[in-house]
Amino acid sequence: MADRTATITRAFPRPQPTRDNAAFWEAARRGELRFQRCSPCGVFRHYPRPTCPACLSREFTWELSSGRGAVYTWTIVRGPTLPAFQDRLPYNVVDVLLDEGVHFVSQVLDVEPEELRAGLRVRTVFVPLDDEITLVKFRLDD
Amino acid sequence: MTRIRSAHLPPLRDAAAIVGIGQTPFSKSLGLSEYEMAVDAIWAACEDAGLSPREIDGLVRYDMEQIDEEQVLAALGNPLLRWFCGTPFGGGGAASVVVLAAAAIAAGMAETVLVYRSRARGKNSGYGKDPIQGGRYWEKMPESLPGLNQWHVPQGLVSAFQEMAMISMRHRIEYGTTDDQYADVAIAFRGHAMRNPAAVMRTPMTRADHHASRMISDPLRLFDCNIETDGAVAMIVTSTARSRDLRQPPAIVHAGAMAAGSHHIRLSNLLGRSRDDDSAARVARQLWESSDLSPADVDAAFFYDFFTSMVIIALEDYGFCRRGEGGPFVQDGGLAWPDGRLVCNSNGGQLSEAFIHGFNNTTEAVRQIRGTSTAQVEGCEIALVAGANTDPTGAFLLRRA
Repeated sequence: MADRTATITRAFPRPQPTRDNAAFWEAARRGELRFQRCSPCGVFRHYPRPTCPACLSREFTWELSSGRGAVYTWTIVRGPTLPAFQDRLPYNVVDVLLDEGVHFVSQVLDVEPEELRAGLRVRTVFVPLDDEITLVKFRLDD
Repeated sequence: MTRIRSAHLPPLRDAAAIVGIGQTPFSKSLGLSEYEMAVDAIWAACEDAGLSPREIDGLVRYDMEQIDEEQVLAALGNPLLRWFCGTPFGGGGAASVVVLAAAAIAAGMAETVLVYRSRARGKNSGYGKDPIQGGRYWEKMPESLPGLNQWHVPQGLVSAFQEMAMISMRHRIEYGTTDDQYADVAIAFRGHAMRNPAAVMRTPMTRADHHASRMISDPLRLFDCNIETDGAVAMIVTSTARSRDLRQPPAIVHAGAMAAGSHHIRLSNLLGRSRDDDSAARVARQLWESSDLSPADVDAAFFYDFFTSMVIIALEDYGFCRRGEGGPFVQDGGLAWPDGRLVCNSNGGQLSEAFIHGFNNTTEAVRQIRGTSTAQVEGCEIALVAGANTDPTGAFLLRRA
């Protein structure tokens, strides 16, 4: 039997900032959740991209999000997963529909699997990964 | 039959036919490389068709296929290709490869097109160590992520089955789809596999067995997931005119369609989009419009069964029932041979026969049209084959001559 583990990625898979998303990661490092917002039509968007999907304008600003939203869907990962996440099993992954109308994949911290449900109100919490990258997570909004 | 009239016949209509099918054995460990399996399956398809491989002048492959044109041709007497292309998105391309082959033939760009898929992914496969062949794609993740996966992977969402779990969970939230309905899909396909000597999983499955299988990523249990296998499948597609002189009854490609919308890997995009405006629903609309047929005409259906939940959603995407009614549709043997509402994946599918990126479902659709399935639908005239419904995807209809 082959040893599959020989080719598995061991390190924590780390976001690499690029031209279109650097402003997101810089904001997250400051403890802010910012999304691109189209200047002419006002529509928020995520993932970062140069063009508004609604009106094709390339003019936008990086707007501060309310950081609040509701769980749209979720899963409890029980394995298999990458070695970087192995000791956290089981863990949740959620899709949050932010009040600005964008979907954002993240995790809800300090919540039991049985507590997760659609519509659960959550707000942002910022978890530094290293000096450059801070991950945006969520907590129950009380 | 419900027939809808078209003003002009689409150029693809009945232009090409699948005339040869071939496969390796399917197994959790076959002890063969992807190259060896591909060549074995291709030779079997040529022999089935009664064609020399030297007659092949076109080739379509999944773009994830690691055995490329040049390697294959060297084992087939070096025929010269006039047409070759690939289709992306793995399972999303499972039916598109045949649509592309038929399109090339309809356009006169090729006469005899080879399509194949070879995968060393079995649990005990000897080829999982190769940096390219075999193994799980997500275990070979780069450690620095400049692409869109940087929005998911660092949050612990690393693999397709976890993305499918979140899409499936949303379907349950909206429509109340249940564990029992998931089990109904798995049990129906297992029943088909038990009749099929080529299938890998042939032990009986009960609802209790399904529910007792371990949760992988809620709401998906082990028995909701496709199996992982070694194996290869190949097909020969040629013009319908030429098919009449060949060994096998042709399975005529009556209509085909493709559409690119969102993809499960870009989960935030997919969840932000209406399902009725996404890839699979658009394919379905194009397919029915271009075929003069409707779901009521389909005798056997082949959905991309990477997960039980996705078969339920596909029934809705392709119009076999309304949104939210896929669960009730599959209930109580709804997909089972011979008496289900719609006989589906009569080989056992990817849940129980083998996982060859959906291409083993296509060979079974051909067998249904030929009348040689081990779970044969009596008088099967029309079969639907659809690619993965969470990807840019495609579908086609086969009919008997």
